[in-house]
Amino acid sequence: MSLDRRAFLGVAGLSALAVAGTRSLDALTRRGRAEGASEARAATRWAMVVDPGKCRKDDGCTGCIAACDRAHNVPHFSERAHEVKWIWREPFDRAFPDHGGSLPEDAARSQSVPVLCNHCDNPPCVRVCPVQATWKRADGIVMMDYHRCIGCRYCMAACPYGARSFNWLDPRPRIKEPNPEFPTRTKGVVEKCNFCEERLALGRPPACVEACTEGALVFGNLKDPRSEVRRLLRSRHALRRKPELGTGPNVYYLV
Amino acid sequence: MSVCEKALVGGRRYWAWIGALLAVILVGVLFYLRQLHVGLGITGLSRDVTWGLYIAQFTFLVGVAASAVVVVLPYYLHDYHAFAKITILGELLAMSAVVMSLLFIFVDMGQPERALNVILYPTPTSIMFWDMISLGGYLVLNAVIAGLTLGAERRGVAPPRWLRPIVVLSIPWAVSIHTVTAFLYSGLPGRHLWLTALLAPRFLASAFASGPALLILLAMIVRRLASFDPGREAIQKLSVIVTYTMVVNVFFVLMEVFTVFYSGIPEPMAHFEFLFVGLEGHAPLVPWMWASMALAVISLVLLLTPRYRTDERTLAAACGMVFASVWIDKGLGLIVGGFVPSPLGDVTRYVPTLPEISITLAIWAVGVLLVTLLCKIALAVRGEPAGA
Repeated sequence: MSLDRRAFLGVAGLSALAVAGTRSLDALTRRGRAEGASEARAATRWAMVVDPGKCRKDDGCTGCIAACDRAHNVPHFSERAHEVKWIWREPFDRAFPDHGGSLPEDAARSQSVPVLCNHCDNPPCVRVCPVQATWKRADGIVMMDYHRCIGCRYCMAACPYGARSFNWLDPRPRIKEPNPEFPTRTKGVVEKCNFCEERLALGRPPACVEACTEGALVFGNLKDPRSEVRRLLRSRHALRRKPELGTGPNVYYLV
Repeated sequence: MSVCEKALVGGRRYWAWIGALLAVILVGVLFYLRQLHVGLGITGLSRDVTWGLYIAQFTFLVGVAASAVVVVLPYYLHDYHAFAKITILGELLAMSAVVMSLLFIFVDMGQPERALNVILYPTPTSIMFWDMISLGGYLVLNAVIAGLTLGAERRGVAPPRWLRPIVVLSIPWAVSIHTVTAFLYSGLPGRHLWLTALLAPRFLASAFASGPALLILLAMIVRRLASFDPGREAIQKLSVIVTYTMVVNVFFVLMEVFTVFYSGIPEPMAHFEFLFVGLEGHAPLVPWMWASMALAVISLVLLLTPRYRTDERTLAAACGMVFASVWIDKGLGLIVGGFVPSPLGDVTRYVPTLPEISITLAIWAVGVLLVTLLCKIALAVRGEPAGA
């Protein structure tokens, strides 16, 4: 059989398309991963309740932030542009722009609240990710796969809470005390709070919750009527950030 | 001699031009290697302004690509013969624009070696997945149509009959690429500049103004350099199309301004204030946005006055202004403006860095090089003395 150059290129192109097409179809029909684990997790909906009244922000306590950074090898970049943050503090009127006006201006600015990924019921970041590098687990945790992320940052554009960070530079030299128990990340991928799923798997509470000596952070299962989070939400009024966007945050702030 | 080898025949000026483009590309490649090594931290992007020059160029160029439909539709669907010669230029411009937009996506990725994950883990809920399908498909459609049409011409026969349904398919497909690109932005909660159903229509209007304006300029250049005349009638008809679409584009922008400011809802207003008057003392884009507005108004005066529109010198100036106006609006303001203020209210300064600008220029040079080579091949096939 004789092939001229044009015919060869044509056949090669069609073959490449066919291979790519079958891979795609294959992947589209593949069942969701780790289904067994999903069933066990379906009875759980992790949530956090923040009691800003108990938070010792006035004396500059950063216990929860430091514990999280240590546990997850969160790098420290001094320049704001390249900051990586999992849990941090925001003035009340920035965290709750729709409620900021209901407080006197000085009160809204001076009160700050810890903010983190809300592990939304309907997460826009998961919807937009083109490679399923971020996905929602049956127990509500919005997970990240640092090894699959292509670094397109579409999730960062989609998150209305600014909860996601991108590794603009190599993070490893900026980690103070590396924790060998948790992976470090590479440059060019997105990361965020994971509700300490690695600790939950061992039956331990999230690092920030454990670190808070004042009990300002309460973590638990919303599907369990006897849980502490359910008890708090029954007895006190709570806010969620930007509820009007329909994302369904699972971090509550007591008022 | 293969058709591609026709790109290798040219005079000294031709080779000097190719050499200059290759030099720009080389500088960009070197900076890109640096970006690969250091990370996207060498750009002006930040945790608040996460997309900038690269993604804005991508958005603008998808529009240029889509705009080929304004010559393809009248020529193939309505047998409008005045567009016979200019249609091939439109298709080649579209192909080059698609290649450029794909390159801009690629250089924006933090982990480009994982690019094929988009195919390995196809995700229909992600608009980016659909964007990849529509852009890739559009590139193939245009390559097939232009290739077969030229091949048939070269052998002096009619193009195969089965090409027609493909041409018809390429028409809604062109509209789809820019609609899907608008959906990338308009479906995000909490990004109030983009959260408007008018975004896709606005994208199409501005694309169908800036793309044909560029095509008119390309036709004028080709006519001068290669003694290939797409015809005065084609250019005049295109100029009418540019006039209408630019009017519609400006109309859409004014619709947006009315809704945002009359409703008085703070979040969308803040973005417009940042773009046009500045916010919290930050006004980096204000001169650009007003320049874009001024260019739009002046170009419309020229286009709407028959005396100026029919004079090819003023027409060329008007087309240049339309192109520049839309480039500023889409290639600068729309993307950066969508990120400022951030969802937490931060007004962050974004200034593209030298590496970022060099990489951007290199990708534009790749596009210009592609247009040059493809036109060279196409015009050689057409049997015209392709000089210069």
